[in-house]
Amino acid sequence: MALDPQSQIPVVKRRPQDPKWVRVFLTISALFVVLLIIGIPVLHVFFRAFENGVGSYLKSLFGNANTRHSILLTLSIAPRAVLLNLIFGLAAAWLIARFRFPGRTILLTCIDLPLAVSPVVAGLVFVLMFGMQGWFGAWLADHNLQVLFGTPALVLATSFVTLPYIVREIIPVLEAYGEEEELAAVSLGANGWQMFWRITLPNIRWALLYGIILCNARAMGEYGAVYVVSGRVSGMNDTMPLRVEKLFQEYDMPGAFALASVLTFVALITLVLKTYLEKNLMPKHGTESAGQK
Amino acid sequence: MRSTSPLPGLSLSLGFTVTYLSLLVLIPLSASFIKAGMLSFSDFWDIVWSDRTRAAYSLTFFSAFVAAVINAVLGFLVAWVLVRYEFPLKKLVDAMIDLPLALPTAVAGLVYSSLYVESGWLGQFLVPLGIKAAYSKFAIIWVLVFTGFPFVVRTVQPVLEELDPEVEEAAGILGASRLQTFFRILLPTVFPAVLAGFAQAFARGLGEYGSVIFVSSNIPYETELAPVLIVTRLEEMAFPEATAIATVLLVASFMLLAFINTVEYWSKHRGT
Repeated sequence: MALDPQSQIPVVKRRPQDPKWVRVFLTISALFVVLLIIGIPVLHVFFRAFENGVGSYLKSLFGNANTRHSILLTLSIAPRAVLLNLIFGLAAAWLIARFRFPGRTILLTCIDLPLAVSPVVAGLVFVLMFGMQGWFGAWLADHNLQVLFGTPALVLATSFVTLPYIVREIIPVLEAYGEEEELAAVSLGANGWQMFWRITLPNIRWALLYGIILCNARAMGEYGAVYVVSGRVSGMNDTMPLRVEKLFQEYDMPGAFALASVLTFVALITLVLKTYLEKNLMPKHGTESAGQK
Repeated sequence: MRSTSPLPGLSLSLGFTVTYLSLLVLIPLSASFIKAGMLSFSDFWDIVWSDRTRAAYSLTFFSAFVAAVINAVLGFLVAWVLVRYEFPLKKLVDAMIDLPLALPTAVAGLVYSSLYVESGWLGQFLVPLGIKAAYSKFAIIWVLVFTGFPFVVRTVQPVLEELDPEVEEAAGILGASRLQTFFRILLPTVFPAVLAGFAQAFARGLGEYGSVIFVSSNIPYETELAPVLIVTRLEEMAFPEATAIATVLLVASFMLLAFINTVEYWSKHRGT
């Protein structure tokens, strides 16, 4: 313990402070950067959306049949992609956090792959699978199954792009909790599902919720992959972000910004919930060290 | 840890994970490589080395690289201020950093193009100064700065937080100036984290599509990025061309992913 020679009182560990002008200068610069890159754009969305009043806003949002359809389509596709990745996330996180097996590192890397792949390429690979020139295109056409340009392709492309988000939130929390409680449950005679519902799920519930929210935000906002696999027919397979672009191309700025403001609102809610949930993610009572290697 | 854990669910979770990953990710991605492999080498080469494709690749790599460099500098600054200084609304600023991850890229593109056109909020000041931040290469780089902004901040922040104050104190007591301490002690410690965030931002920038089509004029040879060219080829029904260009982009992304993992491993294990 460092002692202050004059007062003989233990000195609290403290970083050497920078001179005041450095602090003020750097803080103002950083705030300016955040305001310029993030703050102003967010304010601008809402300003442009509401510049002609609330009535005009609601009219651009709900008065246009194609815009209405895009909202409903996104609301039907995003939950399906989230559900698929939720089931995957639980299985993959359990596997990776609780078992050691050959190929585990490769599996982890494969889970991260969609983050590294351009969304456009993600869409393209589904065209190569299900398009007329693709592997299954002819077979699907013979059986009258519409995958590409239809909801299935939109769900697949969205699931591809958002695959890592839930599993990546659960793994560190599972690892932090360690396996003691689950081992205890199993040795006391609980079966696998009882252990999962009573022990594992309550432990990871906040991380799971956070992953779902993040995954949902990405799923609702996905553009590149969905653009490629959707036929982009208004009122048919335009999702909300695609509709934003189409309104922009048609110079319908109030319409584009009204729809964009809904997506921005979802993003802001996501950030608020994230900030709130983050505090509750990790175990509280000294179990932190148990599972960490 | 034991390889034979008494916990249940190994075969179920392994089976499901591998099947899901194969069906959704691995088989579709392999389709791209197999389709590209069906081209003869000279055809493949003619596509990926044509003037237009080369121009698209160089613009893509150039803008993603410059944007990632800008992100490394600005991200480090913001992380530094968030960790070390106190100021009002700090929590709010901290939370806002993640917005680019949650905001749809199409919205980012729409807003940035609207802000920087001549009549826009910021364009009205910049355009008279000769700074064209809409429909230009600068516009592409700037919107990539937005989409990649959180990465460096979020990789550097925890490293700065964990830095032992005693190290800096010791450097100070031993006679180092603040600037010397920064360059000799702090920067080397934080560098791997900056590099990891830089690579993530770079990878994100390479593939970005949704935002750039709004802010770029998408003119071949001028402002056409590789992902934009892929979509153009697809719309022309030129599948082999699209696939070949995409395969090169995929290989570049995979190499970056390998690099990111190496850097992360390095930054976790150095000096411990």
